[in-house]
Amino acid sequence: MSSLILHVNGATHEINVDSDTPLIFVLRNHLGLTGPKLGCGQEQCGACVVLVDGEATNSCVRAASEFRENKIITIEGLSKDGNLNSVQQAFIEEGAAQCGYCTSGIVVATTALFKQNAKPSREAVHAALHDHLCRCGSHRRILNAIERLISDGM
Amino acid sequence: MGSHPSIDSHPNVDQWIEFVTDGRILLHTGKVDIGQRISTALALIAADEFDVDYERIDVKRTETDIDPNEGFTSGSMSMQHSGKAIRLASATAREFMLKLAAEKLDVDIKNLEVADGLIQSRETNVSITYWELMSDKEFNILVDEGVTVKSPDQYKFVGTRVLAKDMVNIMTGNLSYIHDMALTGMLHARLVRPPHYLATLKNLDDDLIAGLAKSNVSIVRDGSFVAVVAPDEYVATKAATQLAASAKWDLKDGLPTKELFSALTSNKRVSLPIAPGGAPVDKPVPPLGDLSEEASVSVSARFEKPYHMHGSIAPSAGCALFEKNKLTVWTHNQGVYPLRVAMAEALKMELDDIHVAFVPGSGCYGHNGADDAAYDAALVARAIPGKPILLKWTREDEHAWEPYGSAMVCELRASLDKDGRVVDWSHESYGDTHMGRPTPGRSGSPAEKLLSTHLQEKPLAWPIMPPTMGAHVGVHRNLEPLYNFPNPRLVKNLVRDLPLRVSALRTLGAFSNVSAIESFMDELAEAGNISPVEFRLNHLDNEKAIDVIRALDEKMVSEKAGTSNQVGAGIAFAQYKNSATYCAVGIEVEISDAAEVILHRAWIVADAGEVVDPDGLTAQLEGGLIQAASWTLLEQVTFDSGGITSRDWDSYPILRFNNIPKIETILMDRSGEPFLGAGEASSGPTGGAIINAIYNAIGLRLRRMPFNPDAIRSAAMN
Repeated sequence: MSSLILHVNGATHEINVDSDTPLIFVLRNHLGLTGPKLGCGQEQCGACVVLVDGEATNSCVRAASEFRENKIITIEGLSKDGNLNSVQQAFIEEGAAQCGYCTSGIVVATTALFKQNAKPSREAVHAALHDHLCRCGSHRRILNAIERLISDGM
Repeated sequence: MGSHPSIDSHPNVDQWIEFVTDGRILLHTGKVDIGQRISTALALIAADEFDVDYERIDVKRTETDIDPNEGFTSGSMSMQHSGKAIRLASATAREFMLKLAAEKLDVDIKNLEVADGLIQSRETNVSITYWELMSDKEFNILVDEGVTVKSPDQYKFVGTRVLAKDMVNIMTGNLSYIHDMALTGMLHARLVRPPHYLATLKNLDDDLIAGLAKSNVSIVRDGSFVAVVAPDEYVATKAATQLAASAKWDLKDGLPTKELFSALTSNKRVSLPIAPGGAPVDKPVPPLGDLSEEASVSVSARFEKPYHMHGSIAPSAGCALFEKNKLTVWTHNQGVYPLRVAMAEALKMELDDIHVAFVPGSGCYGHNGADDAAYDAALVARAIPGKPILLKWTREDEHAWEPYGSAMVCELRASLDKDGRVVDWSHESYGDTHMGRPTPGRSGSPAEKLLSTHLQEKPLAWPIMPPTMGAHVGVHRNLEPLYNFPNPRLVKNLVRDLPLRVSALRTLGAFSNVSAIESFMDELAEAGNISPVEFRLNHLDNEKAIDVIRALDEKMVSEKAGTSNQVGAGIAFAQYKNSATYCAVGIEVEISDAAEVILHRAWIVADAGEVVDPDGLTAQLEGGLIQAASWTLLEQVTFDSGGITSRDWDSYPILRFNNIPKIETILMDRSGEPFLGAGEASSGPTGGAIINAIYNAIGLRLRRMPFNPDAIRSAAMN
């Protein structure tokens, strides 16, 4: 067990965990941020993705201790005082989720994509979502939401 | 059984409707929301019947003892069962409250009207709300099956686009899944599974176990069932990995490795003819026989579909607490009541001592590992009384142990006369059972359908399921075509001694049967030199079927589907179970230089009867199409004698964002007609349409799924 300081969703937390504990377990079990989901634990499905200094990053393998210098934002940190960000709103408009288990990672990854580029190309969209799996088949609606964001100019 | 099974077994309004909080109405249902938006649909129906805003309606998550027992949420039956029950119960409740209000207000009931739960008289200024009327009261009346319900012209919510229940919580990360449960004193559990079904545990490393005990990790072992338990989730995860690495197993003979598709048509089997109406009969199978004397051309074909995974994005999980000889279980399975019966048998407990509550999981698409994980949690909870146990399967556990969708083979032969009409038709399907759910009353003990009962010290025998004899169940779902063929020869073959554990996956046998029939229809059309659309219409007299096919054709013609270079288009049609939603699907594909099938555009035309939640219905149809495209193009469970080799998402690829077609969905307007189940309607037609589109694009008719680049290349070379 060692003490660890993490910056998550604008707050600073001191946590005592084994130093190899992956970030997702710290977020979910120590900070109560259960938005990021564990889907594979092998960085293959994207359900656990959070923002690390603005970059979409898997949280299921790398130790929390690797992130002490970074600013982490989870899905819970995307909306402020109940105001959803434009990606969340566009996804709601398109009904872009069924069970929702993959949604958190995809919303976070899409937010990161638009932070970097307000008009991402088709290829950039596919690259950003390539490692995100969805089994209910909400892909089309998610892509429609992204197209709506591009045409609305975010 | 009367006209409505859900109401027959739950005849009281109070079993469906509860006025519990001021300004809100709570619906009770036995159907669980697994992402298919059943809660949204039920709320829309109730909103209209009650004349209250949709936002005032809450839908309770099902739990035993409190909510109706509607069996499993399966087979696209939720709207027919719960939807109709909620409609009748709500209308009965409204009528009752209007009578009550007329008495209380001393006005004529005919002059009462309701606006968002406020009952007022047109004559006077007096009014009262539903909640004032019903505070601390129960209805104590029976659901009136003859009650007047709203007519379509009175709908304000049914048929409109609304914000789905839980959609905002999903988008903000605030929907709590079973995986997110955090009960006081809860312990986390992980499993150490054998290498395969038949392997048994020889020994664990006692020194390792002693060392783990010092870091608060305990082991629960019952035969070859092994779980690792710790207060910290990651500690449990790590310990399970260590323990698995040190475990010694007796691998026995390993899994059978006979070539799957040859096993499907050569193993021991039970063969039954399918009678008109789609149910098997216990009679000898008629021989294939000679071709019809009118036959001018004959075609035969054999289709093969491997095992598929449900592939839920969340590995299954269960939560359980065993306290004072009572067991509480939280599960994301599709039927809390059937699971309770199965667990009572497996644990040798009384039903009354077990309480089972539904908590959302990720999409399941049928019988995935949910029931098994619930039982696993219960086994651990029983060994550690007084502590809530949250047991999660790993990705590998889910991939390697979920009950797969059965592999199937379909063999078809048919002939056309000189006018291009089908004069003989034979369709035999081969497959393992699709009925692996822990269902009480079905063959054998439901306990033996729970995975870990086969791993415990006193293992139960693996179930050998008898053929299901209902219409359109299992292997023979949609085996009977909707087309008019003279005396079709239809045969179901329930095949024995197949290697993998199987159960219900979305559509059961219908995906294979419809894909095969619809590909074969195109082959016959070509043999008769008739367009695929005309050929289908020539063999249909069902107006609704004709309507959806015509509408699809008009759409695809107007959109010039499949007319550009290197691009092909195909169509397919089925009415799910020949009794639910009519669905025609068109797909446009291109085959890339890398031999990948690129999905360009897709069209869905569906007649689902009355549409309650058009956005949710469309999502189901589109999601079914995308999932079935993934099955068709990419998916197969692989295994060898050492066990399942598809143990992660690299070894079991599914469709990704870079190959998602544009999809347009047209819903037929059938307001006022009965609901037709739709959750599984687009899957079969999607498989058939893709086969036909690939053929249209490159002239290759593929009949062994998946149609990945290797399959395309090898077909091209032959």
